[in-house]
Amino acid sequence: MRANQAYITGIGQSQIGMRLTRHPLLLTLDAVREALYEAGLTIGQIDGVSTYPGKAHAYLGFSPIGADELIDALGIHATWHAGGGEITSQLGAVVAAATAVHAGLTRHVICFRTVYEAAALARPKEYPPPQRDVVEGFSQWFAPFGALSAANWTAQYAMRHVKRYGLTREQLAQIALTGRNNAMLNPRALVREPLTMDQYMSARMISTPLCLFDCDRYTDASTVLIVSAGNALDEVSCKPIRIAAMAGAVERHSWDQAEWMACYATGADLWKHTDYKPSDVDTAQLYDGFSFQAITWLEALQFCEVGEGGRFIEGGKRIALNGELPINTFGGQLGGGRLHGFGFAHEAVVQLRGNGGERQIAGDPQVAVCTSGGGPLATALLLARD
Amino acid sequence: MPAGEMAATRPKPRLDAENSAFWTGGAHGRLQIMRCGDCSSYIHPPRAVCRTCLSDNVKPEAVPGTGVIDTFTINYQKWHPAMKVPFVIARVALDGAPGVYLTTNIIGCSVEAVDIGDRVRVTFESQGAIHFPLFEKIV
Repeated sequence: MRANQAYITGIGQSQIGMRLTRHPLLLTLDAVREALYEAGLTIGQIDGVSTYPGKAHAYLGFSPIGADELIDALGIHATWHAGGGEITSQLGAVVAAATAVHAGLTRHVICFRTVYEAAALARPKEYPPPQRDVVEGFSQWFAPFGALSAANWTAQYAMRHVKRYGLTREQLAQIALTGRNNAMLNPRALVREPLTMDQYMSARMISTPLCLFDCDRYTDASTVLIVSAGNALDEVSCKPIRIAAMAGAVERHSWDQAEWMACYATGADLWKHTDYKPSDVDTAQLYDGFSFQAITWLEALQFCEVGEGGRFIEGGKRIALNGELPINTFGGQLGGGRLHGFGFAHEAVVQLRGNGGERQIAGDPQVAVCTSGGGPLATALLLARD
Repeated sequence: MPAGEMAATRPKPRLDAENSAFWTGGAHGRLQIMRCGDCSSYIHPPRAVCRTCLSDNVKPEAVPGTGVIDTFTINYQKWHPAMKVPFVIARVALDGAPGVYLTTNIIGCSVEAVDIGDRVRVTFESQGAIHFPLFEKIV
């Protein structure tokens, strides 16, 4: 083991559902317990907590639990903690934890992301939706024009790919169909019914070229990843997975001022931090809050040329579970649920440990890449089983 | 989407020292973008500092009000019940202000008639003190 490196040790996940009634703190507890159990750690050995985006007081459904609250609720004695949205997207919380581990500030960090948007929508009295009649800051440049969702902002980048590079709906569909095929093999996945190309092609449009099946849906769940220091691995009973490289980027905060999505700078930077190459990657877990983002990540991580992402996944065989580059083997966010970034790192660890069950990829995978975000903010992690 | 249909549902920006010129300039038919008095760069979203040279000698300046559709999407989703769909959301590259894009709506034509590269001109939709800059195709 490499003493100065950071590893992902325990991983955990709550039930994944819609309109769950279990309190979000308890969903988080479920995921923490599973991660501790897997790592063979006790809560007393945890001395760090990291989360994204912290407690979202303006709209609790988006992020109902913060790091401060979890530390207090579980009686954690933390020597380091962080929680905020002003980082390079969701998995930036893992980058922060790994950085703190490198610096020797903490030994075992609970990194978590809890989402409660479906429950919040169903219980507006408990979880009032954000007010939109008066807008300021970031929202003022989008909301007055009906561009209320990241679907609209992402769709405009997708439309450029359609017009410049000939991206087709049939190509976009491969992300949704692949995710759904894999979700059907994942007992915890949110959506486990089959999806056909005909269903996809006849789905209603959300924001061209994105249809209903190109967009993830509100989910209630919690995901936990424990980041541990290389010199603390003797305390851990599971197979540690090394964080071999990390990269993140921020583009213009106002999406409409950015010429390129931040995934491109992130992907290029990732390979500067490692001797591994794209051809070494056994599986890619690529953020697909919208299908198009997974295509841009394939390009950004240099699995194919910029503009070639659509043709790279044509027909879907290459990215299928038994293909040369299996992606989103838990279903992605489109099939597995909107775990908001953390699901991709969770699944990379599952696959590298050979714990995928029916969805386990063949060939004893050793290297996986996982990503979050992609628009103005993006993070990529390269994970390796030594 | 004909002009005005979404008017009742447009959220209003909260005016402050930095954004007022942008949101109120339409009262005089002017599209105003913050500009640096030292290096002449445009700054959008408007702020009290130039992001190119860090000067604080910045002030709003009228631009021609024409531009090119950089990209767009046709929105079909009713994000709230009162929303009238479909309508076009576009990102317009402004003439005379290199690097500045506006998210806006393209009005006055069918949604199918909009494409990347189309030339457009600003038109303002007013709600009290706020004048939303929308764009129409230049035929």
